[in-house]
Amino acid sequence: MTALTDLTLAELAAAMARKDASAVEVVDAHLKKLDEHRALNAFITETPDKAREMAKASDARRAKGEAGLLEGVPLAIKDLFCTDGVQTTAASHILEGFVPPYESTVTANLWKAGAVMVGKTNLDEFAMGSSNMTSYFGGVENPWKRKGDNRKLVPGGSSGGSAAAVAAYMVPGSTGTDTGGSIRQPASFCGIVGLKPTYGRCSRWGVVAFASSLDQPGPFARTVEDTALLLQAMAGHDPKDSTSAPLAVPDFAAAARNPAVKGLKVGIPKEYRVDGTSAEIVALWDKGVEMLKAAGAEPIEVSLPHTKYALPAYYIVAPAECSSNLARYDGVRYGLRVPGKDLVELYENTRGAGFGKEVRRRIMIGTYVLSAGYYDAYYKKAQQVRALIARDFRQAFEKCDVLLTPTAPTAAFAAGEKMDDPVTMYLNDMFTIPASMAGLPGISVPVGLDKDGLPLGLQLIGRSFDEETVLRAAAALESAAGFKGRPAGY
Amino acid sequence: MSLDKDTVARIARLARLKVPEEELSTLAGELSGILAWIEQLNEVDTKDVAPLASVSDVTLPMRADKVTDGGIAGNVLANAPGGAVYVDPTDKNAGGFFTVPKVVE
Repeated sequence: MTALTDLTLAELAAAMARKDASAVEVVDAHLKKLDEHRALNAFITETPDKAREMAKASDARRAKGEAGLLEGVPLAIKDLFCTDGVQTTAASHILEGFVPPYESTVTANLWKAGAVMVGKTNLDEFAMGSSNMTSYFGGVENPWKRKGDNRKLVPGGSSGGSAAAVAAYMVPGSTGTDTGGSIRQPASFCGIVGLKPTYGRCSRWGVVAFASSLDQPGPFARTVEDTALLLQAMAGHDPKDSTSAPLAVPDFAAAARNPAVKGLKVGIPKEYRVDGTSAEIVALWDKGVEMLKAAGAEPIEVSLPHTKYALPAYYIVAPAECSSNLARYDGVRYGLRVPGKDLVELYENTRGAGFGKEVRRRIMIGTYVLSAGYYDAYYKKAQQVRALIARDFRQAFEKCDVLLTPTAPTAAFAAGEKMDDPVTMYLNDMFTIPASMAGLPGISVPVGLDKDGLPLGLQLIGRSFDEETVLRAAAALESAAGFKGRPAGY
Repeated sequence: MSLDKDTVARIARLARLKVPEEELSTLAGELSGILAWIEQLNEVDTKDVAPLASVSDVTLPMRADKVTDGGIAGNVLANAPGGAVYVDPTDKNAGGFFTVPKVVE
């Protein structure tokens, strides 16, 4: 019999429905994996007792015939989602020890569907980073390694712990959040599937805020179908998030089970062919186009002329919103307090000691671009460029149904590489940020391995609130690619 | 745009961040680098382009102006790093206060 931890989320749910395994057995098998692979540092807080309690309650519900969509399925939760009674840190010293007395809407939806939490995963501090190296609790190690090279690689970021936990078979699925690529890029680095839904599809209520006009929760899993099942449970209108869309939740899993792309027009944006992308990734992208074509789709070249400006515009909008959002950490209401001789010094001491380097840098950039006299030159300009980026996508989607691009310009890099200059690190998100700026849904699907044996993903971007087409195309790509890669030793 | 140490110190003050003196020049270099890279946006003609305020195509609903939550002062004050003072220590939800250093002499 296949080990419980090797099953996909859908297979695991089916096994429990057949009573081949109880939720308690399933959670114990996964908690054992958490024990075995603790060295990856994927979790900030493990919650084994709570997990067993939730699994017991799940078995009791099933016995009464009340099984939900994700009944008994163990999940890891990015430590940016507030969880009632369980420490939530955002990987920052300033929130260390913070125990929310409430539950985020997305996680509440998952528990309502019967899922079981095994712990809270590590991330870049306040989700600001592309490597997971900015966490106050130390970086996460990618379970993948280059062939014949024992150096530790980063899992990507910011949702690096969530991606590593799924790639290392510690859980069949997890939650992440994506502001500029924080789900899609780590999914690509770790050889798994990661989906950023349309802005407004999942509630942001109870998710520690970074850049409110961009932040969006989404799922990680090892298959497209599993990712769809998770999104199904996470999504939905929430009156507590005024930007959450009042739309019904479609049957995402059905879309993922129907990889029919005959006649689907797949746009290939020519501006995504940029210097600095590895030749292997360009070749993989071409291969992806051929795969979808062989499945009956119709590739067409499209133009997104403002692509190269998405990244610099993002690095105005995101820090500006971050500097406003993070003003709340003042040492008065929650989190760290470092005393001072007066109130201002208390603020300065607390924030100086509580925030890490990258967070401080972004707060300062944000403060500067929003300061008197500079608002028009920076923030307004960026929002204008953002309007042009959104218009590019609208025009492209008049000609095609979905876009195919690389997810990241490189495979996973080693811890310490790219750390010298912040801008080099920012370039990692060049393919994911444009869709973020336009609020569009995007998914990363593992398609192949590079010459070093590291996984590479391709990204599919869809129209606003058309995750179904994205999932359908992703399922077709997944089935054509037949990616069976698994990190050695996991 | 190149930032000098004094400007960085002023931004830090505005952002209520204590930055040690010895970090100011490194930060000035890093922030200047980021801002110089952002300058490329000036190549884009944005005349008559309305700034994008929301990416959502969906009209967001209004809700009734009603109180839907409350009576949880105990929860609100539960994580106060300086401790909280309660109006009625036997009923934390009756209300209370965060504590801060003395502001008024």
